[in-house]
Amino acid sequence: MTGFLTQRRMRLLNQVCWTVALCVAAIPFVFPFFWMVSSGFKSAAEIFGSPSLVPREWQWRNFIEVFNHQPFARQYFNSLYIAVTVTVLTLVVSSLAGYALARMRFAGAALIALLLVTALMVPEEVTIIPNFFMMRWAGLVDTHWPLILLPTFGSQGIMATFLMRQYFLALPKELEDAGKMDGLSRLGVWWSIALPMSRPALAAVAIITFLNSWNLFLEPLIFVSSLEKFTLPLALSNFTDPYGMPLWHLQLAATSLAVIPILVVYLIAQRQIIESFALSGVKG
Amino acid sequence: MAETLSIRDTARREDAPWLTLRMREAMEAWLFISPTVAGFLIFFVGPLIAVVWYSLTEWNLLTQQATFVGLDNYGDALFRNPDFWHVVRNSVIFAVGLVPLNMALALLLALALSRRFAGVIIFRTVFFAPVVTSAVAWAIVWRFLLQGEAGFVNQILAQVGIDGPNWLREPNWAMAAVIVTRVIKMVGLNMILYIAALQAIPRDYEAAARLEGASGWQIFRWIVWPLLGPTTLVIMVITTIGSFKVFDHIYQMTGGGPENGTLVLAYYIYQQGFQFFDVGYASALAMIMFVIVMVLTIVQLALRRRDT
Repeated sequence: MTGFLTQRRMRLLNQVCWTVALCVAAIPFVFPFFWMVSSGFKSAAEIFGSPSLVPREWQWRNFIEVFNHQPFARQYFNSLYIAVTVTVLTLVVSSLAGYALARMRFAGAALIALLLVTALMVPEEVTIIPNFFMMRWAGLVDTHWPLILLPTFGSQGIMATFLMRQYFLALPKELEDAGKMDGLSRLGVWWSIALPMSRPALAAVAIITFLNSWNLFLEPLIFVSSLEKFTLPLALSNFTDPYGMPLWHLQLAATSLAVIPILVVYLIAQRQIIESFALSGVKG
Repeated sequence: MAETLSIRDTARREDAPWLTLRMREAMEAWLFISPTVAGFLIFFVGPLIAVVWYSLTEWNLLTQQATFVGLDNYGDALFRNPDFWHVVRNSVIFAVGLVPLNMALALLLALALSRRFAGVIIFRTVFFAPVVTSAVAWAIVWRFLLQGEAGFVNQILAQVGIDGPNWLREPNWAMAAVIVTRVIKMVGLNMILYIAALQAIPRDYEAAARLEGASGWQIFRWIVWPLLGPTTLVIMVITTIGSFKVFDHIYQMTGGGPENGTLVLAYYIYQQGFQFFDVGYASALAMIMFVIVMVLTIVQLALRRRDT
């Protein structure tokens, strides 16, 4: 009896030790978020004074000044509508291609799959220079087109295609066959049978594509130059004084505004979001 | 058999008398896949061919002229420009520092978080949170935390009597800081891949080993670790390639400095191509990066094939 108790106590102690260790390990993962928000509320003077965990004086004004310093609302909207556009386009393009690769027999299917896989491994830095000249030739520099087209058809879109293909392959074929018997066209089968059954895969593609577009940095940096066309990642580092030194209180307030909505959605849907990454990570 | 024949016949007769069902299917498939293939040709294959050509030319954006110079740009990189090897060295240091640290931490966290206990979901959520956060935001906050004297990290260190370095202004410390903050940002991704792999291991294995009197370490070393092999390899490939591609993080934290101490390959390409407008040289660098990543991938995939 006492033996049993000590064993239980041992296990409890063990658990407590683990939890404490994990809490300590979590500090560098959590603290930056806390410090970002806290500092976003501080005055410029307080930021350079002795550090206080909570602002001594809550400076709500920072969050208004953010919008006066540059067209931040417009930049925020840019990020949002570009991310939504890329997500919708990627969902359509990748599920069509993924369906063809999974379900339809045609000459060249294996070759296409192989080429696409190869392209997945090539960093975007390799092709960004010619892509820049092509966009310039097409008159699309300093527009949002490159930020929509390159992610949709680049490695991001290809990864989505394979994710969809993998998912379609695992679906039972019988329903689709029945649909065909009922006179549905291929497109009809894809739309009204295959897609509704692949909601988890579509959700995963949507989540990852949206986040990737929202966080995209290299392409905006290269293709976009006017302030009102900036996306958030470009805009964030732009809160500087005339000498180029960062205005930390504004920069951190703006960063908070950019990060917190994403974090809130993440906290609500964390299970779904983490699973999406697991799904794509294993495939990629 | 008779049935399929009749379906085929009907299809042929009613829809398109001049097409067999198979040709029809192939045509539809090509329609389905054509946006992807078109995008692939326009935004990947074309540029890949172009970058090979660019890399063989002397092309300065200011002069607007491209003249064929053969392998000169490659010669510049490999033999004449000392910056190149410095940059490669930085990239290798970054990868060698980041990959083992990332993988070890990911495995450790996964081992701690793969079983059920109160709060496990909270911990997983916390360790994964930086993954969904923008690299720019993450880098901005850490640059703020790691400032010389006013930075929070150094203020805390001062409390315990340590005079912290000016993290991002000294080359070696800057490299270390960039690696560690990148690991914290990305480790959650590998952690969940490891958790998934750990949860796929049947519980009986561990139970049986325990009955035989195996210690926790023995179970890990001789049962869990070998079973994690394929996952470890995939993670290694993804993480290594990712570490060679790192750009936004370094751009925001150090700008490649100080004294080019954190100037890595991807950043160097951007700098030469888009800041110095040396298109030919930057394209040669891009090709070299392409080769490096391909070789890394093939080597690691070959290792996997040998193992299985």
